[in-house]
Amino acid sequence: MSTHSLPGTRSTTGANAAGLRQDEVRERVLMFGLSVPAILLVVVIIGIPVGWLFWLSLFNDEGVLSTSNYTRMIEHKSYYRIFRTTFNVSFLTTIICVAIGYPFAYFLAQIPQRWANIGLIAVLLPFWTSLLVRTYAWLVILQRKGLINQWGIELGLWDTPLRLVHNLNGTLIGMAHIMLPFLLLPLYGSMRTIDQDYIKAASNLGASPFHAFWSIYFPLSLPGLFAGIVVVFVLCLGFFVTPAVLGGGRIIMVSMKIETIIDLFYNFGTASALGVVLLALTLLVLFISHKLLRLDRVLGGTGT
Amino acid sequence: MMTWLDSPASETQITHRRRIWLYIVATLVIVFLVVPTFIVIPMSFSASQYLEFPPKTWGLRWYGNYFGSTEWMTATWVSVKVAVLTVIFTTPIATMAAYGLFVSKIRLSRFIFILLITPMMVPVILIAIGVFFAYTKVKLNNTILGLVLAHSVLALPMVLIVVSAGLRSYDMNQERVARSLGASRLKAFFMITLPQIRFSVVTGALLAFIVSFDEVIVALFISGGKMSTITRSMFLALRDQIDPTIASISTVMVLITSVALLLAQMFGKSKSK
Amino acid sequence: MADANQINALPITIRGLTKTYGPVFALDHVDLDVRSGEFLTLLGPSGSGKTTLLMVLAGFTRPDHGSALFGDDEVIRMQPHKREVGMVFQNYALFPHMTVAGNIGFPLKLRNVNKATLHQRVESALETVQLEGFGDRQIDQLSGGQMQRVALARAIVFEPRILLMDEPLSALDKKLREHMQIELRHLHEKLGMTTVYVTHDQREALTMSDRIAVINDGKLMQLDSPRRIYDQPANPFVANFIGESTLLPVEHSDGHVSYAGTPVNVSGSESKDGRLLMLRPERLVLLKPGEEADYNTFQGVVKDVVYQGESFLLYVTLMDGADVAVRSVSQRGLLAAVPEVGAQVTLGLHPDETVLIPEGES
Repeated sequence: MSTHSLPGTRSTTGANAAGLRQDEVRERVLMFGLSVPAILLVVVIIGIPVGWLFWLSLFNDEGVLSTSNYTRMIEHKSYYRIFRTTFNVSFLTTIICVAIGYPFAYFLAQIPQRWANIGLIAVLLPFWTSLLVRTYAWLVILQRKGLINQWGIELGLWDTPLRLVHNLNGTLIGMAHIMLPFLLLPLYGSMRTIDQDYIKAASNLGASPFHAFWSIYFPLSLPGLFAGIVVVFVLCLGFFVTPAVLGGGRIIMVSMKIETIIDLFYNFGTASALGVVLLALTLLVLFISHKLLRLDRVLGGTGT
Repeated sequence: MMTWLDSPASETQITHRRRIWLYIVATLVIVFLVVPTFIVIPMSFSASQYLEFPPKTWGLRWYGNYFGSTEWMTATWVSVKVAVLTVIFTTPIATMAAYGLFVSKIRLSRFIFILLITPMMVPVILIAIGVFFAYTKVKLNNTILGLVLAHSVLALPMVLIVVSAGLRSYDMNQERVARSLGASRLKAFFMITLPQIRFSVVTGALLAFIVSFDEVIVALFISGGKMSTITRSMFLALRDQIDPTIASISTVMVLITSVALLLAQMFGKSKSK
Repeated sequence: MADANQINALPITIRGLTKTYGPVFALDHVDLDVRSGEFLTLLGPSGSGKTTLLMVLAGFTRPDHGSALFGDDEVIRMQPHKREVGMVFQNYALFPHMTVAGNIGFPLKLRNVNKATLHQRVESALETVQLEGFGDRQIDQLSGGQMQRVALARAIVFEPRILLMDEPLSALDKKLREHMQIELRHLHEKLGMTTVYVTHDQREALTMSDRIAVINDGKLMQLDSPRRIYDQPANPFVANFIGESTLLPVEHSDGHVSYAGTPVNVSGSESKDGRLLMLRPERLVLLKPGEEADYNTFQGVVKDVVYQGESFLLYVTLMDGADVAVRSVSQRGLLAAVPEVGAQVTLGLHPDETVLIPEGES
């Protein structure tokens, strides 16, 4: 039987204490063990190769430990241009997405739930359709003999075919199309949770509809908006397929440069260095937004 | 119509008329989103040399090109095989991890969860060249196994997030009751919990399929020749010239994705809420 | 009165049960004995530890240390599915993907009972909870009361010798709850299994239990029959938690008890040296001049009169400043005698109902 200790005293030697502790440990290990296969998968397939790449980036072409792969990025103008292009494209795409996405999300949030769900299908269908297929569609639509030019000329809106693709314009249009659902989903989600009572209260207190929107609704929609902006921006930074196809070789993003370096020169040192920098930038953006936003809450996690 | 235009559309008594601009923008956005997604389908049935919309003549020549080409068909088969295997491999692993992390009381679980999400955060190109480099050392390039492993890692975060969300809206008391009635933890999970979260699991599986099937960048590096995926072949063809055969391939891809989506809706929803 | 169907119930012996969450003691060295076949209620405010105790018995919460015996078997380290206890949760936790019969048959299926016997026992369980014919219903077609009964049927169908219930009636509306309280009581008498019932509703506890264990801050405050818990609380916490009461300090001097100088006859009190006098509103009477002889008396002035439907409440301030509440049933004769605010009154407490409370936890 147990030794009677005084109430309120924590004793580690009560009856079955050791056994119970054993059971607790065993259960925790078991539950944790369930996630081991997943952890192994991520560590082996991503952790090790990326770590290896990072290691490689520290050696120059002769195999000597050096930072030349990184300093090259600062010295050669071409790298600066590539980073600038990447940032520009990402930035512009994000702006476009916000410009057309915010009104659309607002619209969806205002109409009754049933209709909004139908409207959401218009967002989810592209979201789940292969981005390669959609990029190809834009290529076809925007090219010299494509849809837009065909109709534009037929309707007499312009004479010579507009250069809508194989340049920055085409790239931006394509990327905006791909990224828009990523902005819409968190933004719409956060708008739906805004309690209409706030707007009613503001209007009751004398605010004009515009004022009620700007000072009440808009701030409340900001969390979803920021989350969407971060996701879009980060995705744009690392984007490859759409700019490669629609940019016509004129738009060179960091990811495309990396691919070229491997494809043409098989130079892992330089390519890895570029990749590491890209990763660092991505993490920086995520870190800053996490501090502002608690992104882990948005994406969900443990149940406790 | 006129009275509708003047009726209030919102709590602040803004009429529909004043909101017309919003409705126009919304319509344009819907067109912007939906048209490019589906426009390849009618275009693929055009019989002429160039793709046009609407097709002036209808025909199946591009489908003939597609199904008649051993290269394209092999590539399609590779993509389907890899996608299916990825689903089979990733779904149980991710579900186990989601459950284990959900039930675990260790504070470390939070970090593990974030660790498992990292494949979504790391730029894919970096993963691609890293895996390519590593695979060269262990001779996994141009293999189904190599592709499945790489795609599984990319799909894992999706499935994990979806299943975790499903678990959060599930009443754990049911599992406790089942255990009190005599079911071991394992039995309780399979007989009670899993049927309740099956919508999430199926959705996760579907997403894993789509992630793998549509994946381009990693496949670009680690698959090739006979083992090339359909996406890799398409991408390379796109960079070189605009082969209209791609329209028919795209249509088939959209079809496959839509079927997968439909299956998930039907199977996942049925009886549970 | 037990049936021929009676199950051999098991007693529960709890010793030194302790569970901490950081610096907080959810359970603090609890010792408790549950008699074989009795209906014991764990009663306490939220956060008192009563649900934690139940969960430890069920096996879902692991204590830091302690012992729990079901009969002669130590179960504290046993996994939940081996403990053979029936359990009913507050939110019923019925399996939505199975029918009523599927739910009830679940524990039997786990025990490899053959189809015919299983069907028969499910039917029998449905009969016991008065839900004959409901076997094929879906869970979302049931009302709250029906769900409750299915949960119950599921918990008893495999004839456990111990039944645990965690506030099973709190989700039901008042009338249904009171009806179910009586039904549960009848069911218990019929089946005879040891039942541990958790609630924060004292009325429920008083209605249903053979004995009540009052729990607060992870400690056992008192374990007694409902009558004795109400009439002879062991400490100020129980006196305040169960029913209404005012506690007044009394003085002792060589065997005599007095309040504010006036001697008090404590013949009805079990505790003869308690430091607090318990005044329950319904035990105090308004005395007319000449009636004081048989009572312990208290003089005071009426501060407020509150009509509450079936009774009315008088707030009286005693001579020494203490505030006391007096409750009188609204019967014809008594209504006429309700004093007005400001009136001088004499309150009487019969010695048989005069109880002293030991100073303790509060």
